[in-house]
Amino acid sequence: MNGFCYPINSTEMSTNKEYLQNERNQEWRAELRKRIANKDRTAKIRVKMPEMEPEVRIKYQDREVNTGLTEAMAQSEASRCLDCANPTCIDGCPVSINIPKFVKYIELGSFLEAAKTLKETSALPAVCGRVCPQEKQCEATCFYTVKLQKEPVAIGHLERFAADYERESGFMSVPEVAPSNGIKVAAIGSGPASLSFAGDMIKLGYDVTVFEALHEIGGVLKYGIPEFRLPNKIVDVELDNLQKMGVKFVRNFIVGKTASFEDLKEEGFEAFFVASGAGLPRFMNIPGENFNGILSSNEYLTRVNLMNAASDEFDTPIIKGKNVAVIGGGNTAMDSVRTAKRLGAERAIIVYRRSRVEMPARVEEVHHAEEEGIEFINLANPIEYFADEKGKVNRMRVQRMGLGEPDASGRRRPIVLEGSEFDISVDLVVVAVGVSPNPLIPSEVKELKVSKWGTIEVNEETMQSSIPEMFAGGDIVRGGATVILAMGDGRKAAAKMDEYLQEKLKK
Amino acid sequence: MNQIVEKVLFSEKVAKFVVDAPRIARSRKPGHFVIIRVDEKGERIPLTIAGADPVKGTIDLVVQKMGVSSTKLFNLNEGESILDMVGPLGKATHIHQAGTILACGGGVGVAPMLPIVEAFKKAGNRVISILAARNKELIILEDEIRKWSDEVIIMTDDGSYGTKGLVTTGAEMVIQREKINECIAIGPAVMMKFTSLLTKKYEIPTQASLNAIMVDGTGMCGACRVSVGGHTLFTCIDGPEFDAHQIDFDELIVRLGGYSAEEKLANERFLLSN
Repeated sequence: MNGFCYPINSTEMSTNKEYLQNERNQEWRAELRKRIANKDRTAKIRVKMPEMEPEVRIKYQDREVNTGLTEAMAQSEASRCLDCANPTCIDGCPVSINIPKFVKYIELGSFLEAAKTLKETSALPAVCGRVCPQEKQCEATCFYTVKLQKEPVAIGHLERFAADYERESGFMSVPEVAPSNGIKVAAIGSGPASLSFAGDMIKLGYDVTVFEALHEIGGVLKYGIPEFRLPNKIVDVELDNLQKMGVKFVRNFIVGKTASFEDLKEEGFEAFFVASGAGLPRFMNIPGENFNGILSSNEYLTRVNLMNAASDEFDTPIIKGKNVAVIGGGNTAMDSVRTAKRLGAERAIIVYRRSRVEMPARVEEVHHAEEEGIEFINLANPIEYFADEKGKVNRMRVQRMGLGEPDASGRRRPIVLEGSEFDISVDLVVVAVGVSPNPLIPSEVKELKVSKWGTIEVNEETMQSSIPEMFAGGDIVRGGATVILAMGDGRKAAAKMDEYLQEKLKK
Repeated sequence: MNQIVEKVLFSEKVAKFVVDAPRIARSRKPGHFVIIRVDEKGERIPLTIAGADPVKGTIDLVVQKMGVSSTKLFNLNEGESILDMVGPLGKATHIHQAGTILACGGGVGVAPMLPIVEAFKKAGNRVISILAARNKELIILEDEIRKWSDEVIIMTDDGSYGTKGLVTTGAEMVIQREKINECIAIGPAVMMKFTSLLTKKYEIPTQASLNAIMVDGTGMCGACRVSVGGHTLFTCIDGPEFDAHQIDFDELIVRLGGYSAEEKLANERFLLSN
């Protein structure tokens, strides 16, 4: 198909201009470009993702809100893409997917080829097609957005379509892998950074083992993101794919605790990719925060998503609040508040200290939350909690905020409006104000250089830490970012670890 | 999957399980705990390790039948397996030569205390252990504790064994009799609270090992928050042992009941279905 027996160092491959040109010059692509005039392509309206009705979907924790494009919708949307000579969309993708190629395969109706293209560089296309903030990435650098000031090609929706089509077709392709080189490498954590790393390393012929602390593989994809946004069975299919490629998964294993790095080195592991995530929830340290009924979004979402606490058949308990306040304005806050609604909350409220404009959550998530009847109390910040005689939270005191000058993040800084306090009745509070890096690995490996925030310090070019055989990526390095940025780190680390190990081998 | 190699019944409600876990058996130290999940529907619960045999590759867990999860575990037999087990978790006990150690264990808290007593004894300390329980039947691991203690005092609420009275009665007797350099307290939160109040009065440095509600046990969920010296810490990664005089035990006791309503319902459902 592309002349490669397997994609060696596929990061370079997909950003290599010459390679992209050759791909674009293939006959089928050239022919396809001629089928429709560009002015007719640009005249088309961007497709709308079909959704389950809000009144229906809030009854189900596990039914997806977005229901996916039909074949006709996908082909029509794909035909909006101009197959630009200089595909700037790829620059916006942290894992450098060959976007025009997969989109054109969809236009052509070769959906399985489209899926194969995605898998050249992405270990988790069905996941990325659902949870990536495409509006800030590939779609932000799409020709339509940049030059035409029109709505971009719905790259994210198309990615999801291709991945879903392949999965449902029963013809899942397993990417080709190089013959085994027998070199053992370990990935620590099994979230998106690790999975992406594992996918690339196995393609290069390494013997890859992924170690996970929990009893399930997938990290934040499993314990964090709810099923109504990313069904677990979709994650499982992608995991299965990696397993078929030869990746080994070890559950219930904490590197640094169950066995030390030294133990693993003795067992033959030559290098490590640490992607243990930003697993430490932040609290606000305000009075009453340790009352019962106040929990982190990590705890709340883990109980529901990983432990199935919403089902009576499972033993893990969950507090089903009637009046639920979720503190924060990020995606995790939206996931938590929408979960609360689905578990029967009469009032599910976002309390956020800035305004809607500054919210870090994806626009789509905020929009979906609004449709589902989520209340937004913006420009407000909790300052104290109160409880009943049993120590269960029943009221929160909130302070009004104004907006001042922009801060380091470029967003306007919230300022306290004195004397503006008011109380809200609550029986469940979910704190979603961010996470800190998980301290387990840094505390077990004393020589590892760590920033004052607890993130592992790496060379940004190579993802290599202060210990040469230890690479790191994802939230343990970034402190709290997105699935796709973590995946980008995983790919970069794989390419650089490969260089490092090949170099070491020569000596 | 971790197979149960041996099950020893201590009483109708308390049993010791010797479980196959070679990696954990090698890497665990006194004070460490594991998180287990009995079956597919099970919750993740923390259990402190009561001992290990690195050669055989087994660890000991002591379980008291309480709610759904502990009952499911208690009901497992030799040859059956615990679905998931991860560890060792938490910070190990700081073992050092302190002089005379007073080790106070209440109920099944004696189980996690055993390896700590052993380690302190091996480090050259004089160790006085107090085992306390409601009645004779609930006094566990007495012989094992004796092996590593210079003196053992038994206290029961009903006087059915040893001296009648609470752990604090025995502890105060020892403290008034001789110089105690450090104290450790492991058991029900109320027992640790009063032991701590006592040793605070006598200004004896005291460590308490907490058994908070946890989900992951790796710092991820924050369910195990505890106030120590006015700061919120996580039992799973900052503990499970803390300076007892700094712990807000009243908050701890309230937090241990954080899911009591839900747990009660679950237990009723469980009893109906079994």
